[in-house]
Amino acid sequence: MTSANAPQPPSPPAPSSPGGNGLVKLTRKDFQSKSEVRWCPGCGDYAVLATVQRLMPELGVPRENMVFVSGIGCSSRFPYYMETYGMHTVHGRAPALATGLKVARPDLDVWVITGDGDSLAIGGNHTLHMLRRNPTLKVLLFNNRIYGLTKGQYSPSSEQGKVSKSSPMGAVDYPINPLQFALGCQASFIARAVDVDKGLYEVLQKAHAHKGTAYVEILQNCVVFNDGAWFDIRDNKDTKPKAQLILVDKQPMLFDGGKKGIGFDRATMKPFVIDLAAEPGRANEVLVHDETDPSGSMAHVLAGMSYPEFPVPLGVLRRHTRATYEDMVWAQNKKAAEKGVGDLQKLIYSGDLWDVK
Amino acid sequence: MVSRVDTPSDKPPKKPVVETKKSVVIRFAGDSGDGMQLTGTEFTRAVAIAGNDIATFPDYPAEIRAPVGTLAGVSGYQLHFSSEAIHTPGDAPDVLVVMNPAALKRSLAELPRGGMIIANSGAFTDANLQKVGYQKNPLEDGSLEGYRVFAVDMQAHCKNALEGMAGIDFKEVSRSKNMWALGLMYWLFNRPVDKQLEWLKDKFKKNPAILEANLRVFKAGHAFGDTVELFHETYQVDSAPMEAGTYRNVMGNQMTALGLATAAVKAGLPMFFGAYPITPASDVLHNIAKFKNYGVTTFQAEDEIAAMCSAIGAAYGGVLGVTCTSGPGFALKLEAMGLAVMMELPVVIIDVQRAGPSTGLPTKTEQSDLLQALYGRNGDSPLAVIAAQSPVDCFATAIEAVRIATKYMTPVVVLTDGYIANGAEPWKLPDVEKDIPPIEVKFRTDPNGYQVYGRDPQTLARAWVRPGTPKMEHRVGGLEKDFLTGMVSYDNVNHQKMVDVRADKVLRMRQDISASVVDGAQEGDLLVVGWGGTYGALKQSVQRLAASGKKIGHLHLRWLNPLPGDLEAVFARFKKVIVCELNGTSKSGGQLWRHLRAELLVPALHYTKVQGTPFTTAELGAAFEAVLRGEPAPSSLKV
Repeated sequence: MTSANAPQPPSPPAPSSPGGNGLVKLTRKDFQSKSEVRWCPGCGDYAVLATVQRLMPELGVPRENMVFVSGIGCSSRFPYYMETYGMHTVHGRAPALATGLKVARPDLDVWVITGDGDSLAIGGNHTLHMLRRNPTLKVLLFNNRIYGLTKGQYSPSSEQGKVSKSSPMGAVDYPINPLQFALGCQASFIARAVDVDKGLYEVLQKAHAHKGTAYVEILQNCVVFNDGAWFDIRDNKDTKPKAQLILVDKQPMLFDGGKKGIGFDRATMKPFVIDLAAEPGRANEVLVHDETDPSGSMAHVLAGMSYPEFPVPLGVLRRHTRATYEDMVWAQNKKAAEKGVGDLQKLIYSGDLWDVK
Repeated sequence: MVSRVDTPSDKPPKKPVVETKKSVVIRFAGDSGDGMQLTGTEFTRAVAIAGNDIATFPDYPAEIRAPVGTLAGVSGYQLHFSSEAIHTPGDAPDVLVVMNPAALKRSLAELPRGGMIIANSGAFTDANLQKVGYQKNPLEDGSLEGYRVFAVDMQAHCKNALEGMAGIDFKEVSRSKNMWALGLMYWLFNRPVDKQLEWLKDKFKKNPAILEANLRVFKAGHAFGDTVELFHETYQVDSAPMEAGTYRNVMGNQMTALGLATAAVKAGLPMFFGAYPITPASDVLHNIAKFKNYGVTTFQAEDEIAAMCSAIGAAYGGVLGVTCTSGPGFALKLEAMGLAVMMELPVVIIDVQRAGPSTGLPTKTEQSDLLQALYGRNGDSPLAVIAAQSPVDCFATAIEAVRIATKYMTPVVVLTDGYIANGAEPWKLPDVEKDIPPIEVKFRTDPNGYQVYGRDPQTLARAWVRPGTPKMEHRVGGLEKDFLTGMVSYDNVNHQKMVDVRADKVLRMRQDISASVVDGAQEGDLLVVGWGGTYGALKQSVQRLAASGKKIGHLHLRWLNPLPGDLEAVFARFKKVIVCELNGTSKSGGQLWRHLRAELLVPALHYTKVQGTPFTTAELGAAFEAVLRGEPAPSSLKV
């Protein structure tokens, strides 16, 4: 019986382990692999990659304990560019591979890179089950509302009427809202950020600190096939302040330079915009964000808000701690181990036995 | 002759004569809700412990509860037990225990004249007779002339036995008649009842009322045989001359699970078992879920694809990845299996085959996933395929799969089938230290000179590196990789080199295949070739003909990919080769036949059957004799 076989989840190596990187302060460059990055010039993916590579040395996790897992699509090339462990897998299935990896190796820091086609169309089912199970995975959903790698078909998050190669008369499909979907799947952490904004860094930091599945929608621009998909929220300096509601925990939900706030009408159960410039006396009606509210009811309201009726909430919408999948699985494994570990004699010589002399 | 005695006679009973038989085949048949599988397994346990060699064939409908009393709802359990070594559950029953008219109708054609029928006459009501198209009651109209029929109203006897018991309703009375039948079988075959009473006490220890009911009814069935003068003889089947050792009675799916857990311990490697429920494979998941203290983590995935993918994810993490399914689920896993081929990770995929295509016959056996396993992926995607030949052999096959997967860094497909998955036989327990060698697994931790697709010169396996190992961070994935560095490569010549090396790696496994062993004649007129769960029937049929002087041999293949390297030489020793399998058609041939012809250009004959049931030795014997006479093998439909 080797100790490797005992039902103990492998523990992370000590930061000072010989040959490890724990004590050496790494930099962004240490996370850049030798693979040449091959996204289109101007693609929003570059910004995300740069942010992630900047964040990595700050997380206090040895580089060798990081694994990036992706499916198929433009964004799914991401792991090749990270000087960490990584897998570029099957279309839509990254959550399933990552769940298997995380359960088998809870000591690893596992990230999932996916896109709107990958995780909301072909991989929708795995996304659902990952979220409800709540393994500790950091999921980065690159939402550009288009199929890029197959050269421009409408995706599950494309707006209705989207004219694309496969929808010359406009898509008739009604789009999915990823964060509403995630909440419906009991997601314990949901957040949203814009690929090129600095808010992404902080969101990813918080996602990393979360125990459980952290689901981050990144509004990402496909410069070739869907340029300007997030124009008002991302590119247009005039609309951006009105289109973005930057959420800060325990702070009032203010936007447009503090001139507007979000209120909630209890009679109709709907949010509304308060123009504080016109009605400064209504400041007390502005909602205070509470990302850890266990009920998650305000997260549902926030997730449903879209521009131009409302600003689009950015930052952490919900952060709720509940037991992680890998912890619960290993709790059972450990409980089972109380019966004695790996005794083959006991395994084989059980049941109704008889002897032949 | 129909004997009908519903009340014990007042006269002191005459002791029946005890007749010794070499082998008996009993079939229990009744409605899905009649508990026939339980009766069958309980009686199997009794005869196994008494030292008989056994083979069983549970045959049940896909519906949990088909409409009561219909042909569709008949559930059967056939048990062959013997004082000699046996390899099949028997072509035809000697004793048929039927709980209703539907069960009689379904099984009668297979019962030879002179066979015994024990019928629950209480269920032969007008309504039940009509449901299956009997105009008259066959127990009364003389149509069963030539059989030995014992018509007993089991339900009435159960009711008497339970009279006065509080808390027992009509439903429980009705449900207990299988125990009554079991009690009668214990008497008829002279089995000591003590063990059975112990098992019942253990099984129902949480429910004293139900326990009491079962004990009363079982004893009543036993006493019935003793007190009525219905049976003129009882039977004795002596214990079989089995090798000395400790035995237990096992089923194939259980052995697959035991084999996997054993392999995990022997490899000193944690195992991740991801699966999605599917008939007839779910019992592997059920069994292995109890082995968490053997380093096995089980994961019930959201679908077949996730089950496969989670196993691959675990394998990348340095944990042995295993998944288990049946044909339709296997089809769903194929794309991800291609990823495992590309990433060269050790994963074991178990396919408990059932009759297809599509949903097919979920509870019936077939061997029709061979081509799917060999060729069912996009691109040139070779992997190891091995098959288990009996319930007990599932154990060794599962261990072999783990050994090959880790040695060659490759997915391995294990093919079993519904017949051996649910069939039972005695297992002579191995010495866990001496009989099961350790499985050597190496992880590379030295970053000096590490190349992601650098290969062991002997096995062509790339190194297994666990994430968490410093300075060896690397990426794998579905895109073609450079022959050495593992970087994404679109180079045309590199792709051909990679296709070649993936194929060569599988061929290298021949160094792990022992020389082919032929049973029966070592050369001569006819070589019978089979694979998987047909082993017992082929062996018995060939042995019978070989014993009568025919120059016939039997070769059973465990390795389907790669094929053993010595097959051409073995085939050359025989004038004719016939490939027998449970798939294909008499016109198009079977799947192994096709594979062997393609690989070896052997002008083999074929014999195929797809009726959801195993081969019978009778039909095989007739086919082989025809071929030996120089005639074409008859269709399995006509035998």
